[in-house]
Amino acid sequence: MLKQIEGSRAVAEAVALCRPQVICAYPITPQTHIVEGVGEMVKDGTLTNCEFINVESEFAALSVAIGASAAGARTYTATSSQGLLFMAEAVYNAAGLGLPIVMTIGNRAIGAPINIWNDHSDSMSMRDAGWIQLFAETNQEALDLHIQAFRLAEALSCPVMVCMDGFILTHAYDRVDIPMQAQVDGYLPPYEPRQILDPADPVSIGAMVGPEAFTEVRYMAHHKQLRALTLIPQLSAAFERQFGRASGGLLRSYRTEGAETIVVALGSVIGTVQEVIDEMREAGTRIGAVSICSFRPFPLAALRDALQNAARVVVLEKCLAVGLGGIVSDGVRKALSGIQLKGYTVIAGLGGRAITRASLLQLFTDATEDELEQVTFLDLNAEVVNHELERESAARRSGPTAEAILRRLGTVASHIG
Amino acid sequence: MTETGEHMATEMQEVKFYQTGTFTVGNRLLAEDERSVQANMQRTNSLNSGHRACQGCGEALGARYAIDAAMRATGNQLIAVIATGCLEVFTTPYPESSWQIPSIHSLFGNAAAVASGVAAALRVTGNSATRVVAQGGDGGTTDIGFGCLSGMFERNDDVLYICYDNEAYMNTGVQRSSATPPAARTATTMAVGKEPGNVFGTGKNMPLIAMAHNIPYVATASVANLRDLEFKVTKAMGIHGARYIQIHVPCPLGWGSLPADTIKLARLAVESGLFPLFEAEHGELSGSTKIRSKVPVEDYLRPQKRFAHLFGKEPDTARLARIQAAADRNIARFNLLPQ
Repeated sequence: MLKQIEGSRAVAEAVALCRPQVICAYPITPQTHIVEGVGEMVKDGTLTNCEFINVESEFAALSVAIGASAAGARTYTATSSQGLLFMAEAVYNAAGLGLPIVMTIGNRAIGAPINIWNDHSDSMSMRDAGWIQLFAETNQEALDLHIQAFRLAEALSCPVMVCMDGFILTHAYDRVDIPMQAQVDGYLPPYEPRQILDPADPVSIGAMVGPEAFTEVRYMAHHKQLRALTLIPQLSAAFERQFGRASGGLLRSYRTEGAETIVVALGSVIGTVQEVIDEMREAGTRIGAVSICSFRPFPLAALRDALQNAARVVVLEKCLAVGLGGIVSDGVRKALSGIQLKGYTVIAGLGGRAITRASLLQLFTDATEDELEQVTFLDLNAEVVNHELERESAARRSGPTAEAILRRLGTVASHIG
Repeated sequence: MTETGEHMATEMQEVKFYQTGTFTVGNRLLAEDERSVQANMQRTNSLNSGHRACQGCGEALGARYAIDAAMRATGNQLIAVIATGCLEVFTTPYPESSWQIPSIHSLFGNAAAVASGVAAALRVTGNSATRVVAQGGDGGTTDIGFGCLSGMFERNDDVLYICYDNEAYMNTGVQRSSATPPAARTATTMAVGKEPGNVFGTGKNMPLIAMAHNIPYVATASVANLRDLEFKVTKAMGIHGARYIQIHVPCPLGWGSLPADTIKLARLAVESGLFPLFEAEHGELSGSTKIRSKVPVEDYLRPQKRFAHLFGKEPDTARLARIQAAADRNIARFNLLPQ
C-alpha cells in the first residue's frame, strides 16, 4: 500500500509487520519517532503479542534485548549516536553471544562537540563489533531492509543493524510502499532460535572461554559474516521475487560502464551523487558510482569487481578516522589490493553539513583532473580553521576550541546549507 | 526450654533443641515439611559440586541455598541470569559448568536488565510457569549494575534479583565497592595512614534503596541462617513483580578469615547487628529476624584480617565505637532485639 509518511513511521510499520515480540525503547534524537511509532501500535492493539519496554538507558535497552532474544523472543530496538556508544559493551556482547537482534541506527554524529545531526560516525564506531551493518539509501529501502534484516539475523543467528541517515531519512516525508502482512509472513518465517534458555533442556550461555578456544569462537563469528556475503544477495533476490522491487544486496553500481572515475558512498547521499553523475555524464565525463549497502560484512570481492576497471576511485565518507582519514577508504583500498589506480578520500557531511550538488560537481571535477589531496574535507572553511590555529598559537589559555569557532562564525543559521 | 530458646517466638512447631552453640535447629527434630530444602535428598543441586570457588566461599553456599529453594518453589521451572564476577567465573567454565539449570551470563552491569528481557520473553511466549532469578555480587549490584537494577525495580519487572554481598570486588582482587564497610582494608582502601582502611560515612544500603522503589518484596538473608534464607527465597518466588534479596556471604580470601569460619562470621555479623535480617513489602518494613544472643562488634571484626589494624598495640577504640554505634543503630532501626 502506497503511503506518504515520515521515514521513521515507515520503519515502525515495517518492524511491526515483522511481528517482533519484545521491543526496548530509550529516547535519543533522531531515532525517537521509530520507537514511538511501534510503541503506539503495541498500545492501540495494532501490534499484538509484543512487549514494549521503556528502559532507563541504551545500555539497558540492548541488555533487555539480549535477555529476551536468549529466551526465544524476536527482539528489536533502535538508537543513535551517544546511545550506541553508551550500549557499546552490550553491542559486542549481543554479537558475541550470537543473538539475532535487529536494531535501527538513526545515524548521527558523536560528540564532543555535541551535535544531533547526521553523519556515520556512530555505527562506524561499532564496525568491528560483529553486527551486520546495512545502509539504506532511501526510506523505501530502510523499510525493506528491516524485513530482510530479521530474516538475515535469524538465518545466521547474528545481530543486524539497519543504518539510515538521521533526519535526512528518519524525518523526511516520502512515498513508500508498505507491504501486506501476508507478503511479509511469506518472506519471514517465525523465529526458530538456535539457542534458547529452556528449563526442559538447560544450557549455560555466556560461559568464560580461555585461550584454548577463544580464537575458534571468534573465527566462527568471522565465518558467519563471510556466509552473510552469500546470503545477503540471496535474501535480496528473494525479497524482489516476493515484493516486486529491488532492495538491499551487497552494493549497487550506477553508470559505471566505461567509467574512469567511480565514486563510492553509503546511505542517502547517493541520490545527490547520482544527480551530479548524470550531469557530468551528459557533459561527456566518464564517471559512475557504487553505493555500498552491506558495510559489514564488507563486500571486498564485489567491490573489486565493481571498481577494478576505473582509473580513480573517490570515497565519499560521512565519518572520520581521526589521525588517519577515512574509514570506508581503508576497506576500499583492501578490496583493490594489487590494482594500480588513484584513490581519494573525501570527508563530507560531518555533523549534518549539507552535501550540495554544487560542491560535489566541483569535487568530482577536481578528482577527474587529479587535483585532489589524498584526504579532502569537503567545504572545509579554511579561513575559520586558520584563524583558530593562529589564535591558539598566540595564547596558552586560548580556551575551548569549538566555542571560539562558534563565536567567530556568529549567528549560525546563515551558514547552514 | 532454654533461656535463649524463649527468644525465638515461633508460630510453627515448638522447637526444643538446638545444635550446640549454634542456635541451628537440627532438621531431624523437625517435621518433614519444616525441614530445609538443603536437607532434602531430592534437592536439585542447581549449582553442582566441582566448581572453582575458594574453600569456605560464602557466595557458593548462598547461591546453592537460594537457587535450590527457588527451584523447589517454582517446580524446577527456573532460568538464572548471572552478572560477571566470582559467581560467573567459578561456575561457568565449560566443560565444568556447575549450572544444572538454564543460565545466561552477559555483562558485569546488566544482569537485572537481561533478566527483565528474559521475563518479557517468557510473558510474551505465554510461558507463565517459568520464572527468572538474576544474581550479582555487591559490586555488580550496588555499583556498576545499579542503573539497570533500579530500572528493573521501577518497572516492577517479574524478576527476583539476588545480591551476594561479600562487601568488595573479590574477583578482581579485593577492591572497595560501595558495600565495603567502614575501616575494612581492601586493595584500594589500604591499611595504611592515619585512619587505615575504608573511610566512614560512605557506601550505600541497597535494601533500603530497593524499598524506596516500593517493590513488592525486599529481604536480607545470611548464609548463617539457612532456614531464614530459604524461607525468604520461597516467599519471594510466590510473589510476582520485582523482588530483591541481599545475602551476606563471607569471603575468606577478601576478609582474611579462616575458610572454616565462614558460617561463624556470617552469624556474628547478624548477632552483632551489623548485618540486620529483615523483610519489607511494598516499601514498608514488615518484619525482622531477632538477634538471639547479642555480641559486641569486636567479636565479629577481630577474627578478620581486613580489620586487624583496629586491634593493634593500641586498639582503635574511637573507630570501634563508631562501628558499634552503627550496629546499635541497626538494632533500633530494624527492631532486632526482642522486646
